[in-house]
Amino acid sequence: MRQSVRVKTLKIDDRDVGAREDQTLLEVCRENGIFIPALCHLDGLTPVGACRLCLVEVKGQRRLLPACVTRVEEGMEVNTATERLKKYRRQILELFFSERNHICSVCVSNGHCELQSLAQQLGVDHVHFPYRYPRLPVDASHDRFVIDHNRCILCTRCVRVCDEIEGAHTWDVMGRGINARVITDLNKPWGESESCTSCGKCVHVCPTGALVEKGRSVAEMAKRRQFLPYLTLMREGKQ
Amino acid sequence: MSLSDEARQKIQEIAARYPRRISATIPALYVAQAEYGGWLPKEAMVEVAEELDVPPSHVFGVATFYTLFYKEPVGKHVVQLCTNLACMLCGAETLQQHLERKFNIKINGSIRDGTTADGTFTVLPVECLAACGGAPCMIVDTEYYENLTIEKVDKILTQIATQPTVFFKP
Ligand code: FES
Ligand code: FES
Repeated sequence: MRQSVRVKTLKIDDRDVGAREDQTLLEVCRENGIFIPALCHLDGLTPVGACRLCLVEVKGQRRLLPACVTRVEEGMEVNTATERLKKYRRQILELFFSERNHICSVCVSNGHCELQSLAQQLGVDHVHFPYRYPRLPVDASHDRFVIDHNRCILCTRCVRVCDEIEGAHTWDVMGRGINARVITDLNKPWGESESCTSCGKCVHVCPTGALVEKGRSVAEMAKRRQFLPYLTLMREGKQ
Repeated sequence: MSLSDEARQKIQEIAARYPRRISATIPALYVAQAEYGGWLPKEAMVEVAEELDVPPSHVFGVATFYTLFYKEPVGKHVVQLCTNLACMLCGAETLQQHLERKFNIKINGSIRDGTTADGTFTVLPVECLAACGGAPCMIVDTEYYENLTIEKVDKILTQIATQPTVFFKP
C-alpha cells in the first residue's frame, strides 16, 4: 500500500509552493522552474553538498544553506537569487577557475562544460583570484578514457556514480585540501585498475573536461546523460 | 611482509563492532600501521582493504587524508611538536630550532627531512594538540609532554631513545 505523503508549503522567492516533506529545496526549486546553480549535485546520486553553488538564504537562519541537502520545512521562506547569493556564486566559480588549469579554448569539453556554461550564465567575466597554475598530470593509460586532473573540480560525481550505481568503487579522493585528487584504486594509472569495469559512467557524469573519451578533439566531448533518469528510477524502485 | 594472523583477527574484531565494515577503516589502518613498524606501505593498505572487504581506493583515500597515517618509513619514535599559536607564543619556535640544530634535521612536515640520521626520531610540526594549557607541548609516540623547555625536551628524548616504540592501538 502506498503511504500517504505529507505536504509542506513554503515560500520561495515570494512564491507559494508545495512540496513533499522528503524533498530538498533544490528538488522543489527545479520542479517549480526556479534556477539554482549546482555542480556537485546530480539527480540519482547521493547529494554531498560539496560545491556550495546551490547556497540559498533561509529566513531566520544566519548561515546560507546548500539547497541540495536541505529538506523543506513548513513555512520556510527561501530566497534563491539575492545580490549576495549571486556574488558568492560568482566567487565560487572564480575559485574553481583559479584552482586548476581550465583553459576552455583548448578543452575537449569546450561548449559542453557545466562549469563553463554556469560561468557564462552567472556573468563571470573576470577571475579576481590569482591563478595557481598547478602542475597536474593527465592519465591516458586507459584504453578508452582519459582523466585530466587539470580540469577536475572535485565534485566527486565520478566517485559516487562508480560506487552507487556501477558498484565498482574504482574512484575515490586522496589527500586533503588543495592537494586532494581523484584516484583509481591505489592511485594507480587508470589503465591498470583492477576494479574498473570500463563502463564509462564516470566520464558521462563528469561536469567538465576532466573525464573524457579518448580521441576527442577540442569541443567534441559532449557528455551523454540519457542513462541517468533510468538509473534513478531503478534505484528509487529498490528503496 | 604481511599482516600477522593476530592483526587480521584484531581487524575482524573491530569490523564486527560496526553496522558497516567500511566504518572500521581508520582503526584497521592503525592496526596495520603498528604491524608495519609505524607506517603504511601500499601493501598494508591493500591488506586492510581485503580484510575489510572494502574498495582499495577508499582505504587509500582515508590513509592519505589523515596526517597521522604515515606514507613513508618513520623513525623509531615519532615526535609531534606543536607549532600552533599558543605553543608558538610560549616558545615552540625555540624548541623547533633547537631540535633542528641538535639532530641536524628540518622540522617542516616532510618525514624525510624530519628524521634523524640514526633513525631514532622523526620530528613533525603539528597544529594544536588541544593541550594549550600546557604549552609548549609535544607528543612522542602516544604520550603527551607539556610545559616544555629545551632542557626538558633533551631529557625526555634521551630517555625515550632507548625505549621500545609505543604504537597507538585501537
Ligand atoms: S549542488 Fe549543492 S553544494 Fe553542490
Ligand atoms: S597550540 Fe599547542 S596545544 Fe594548542
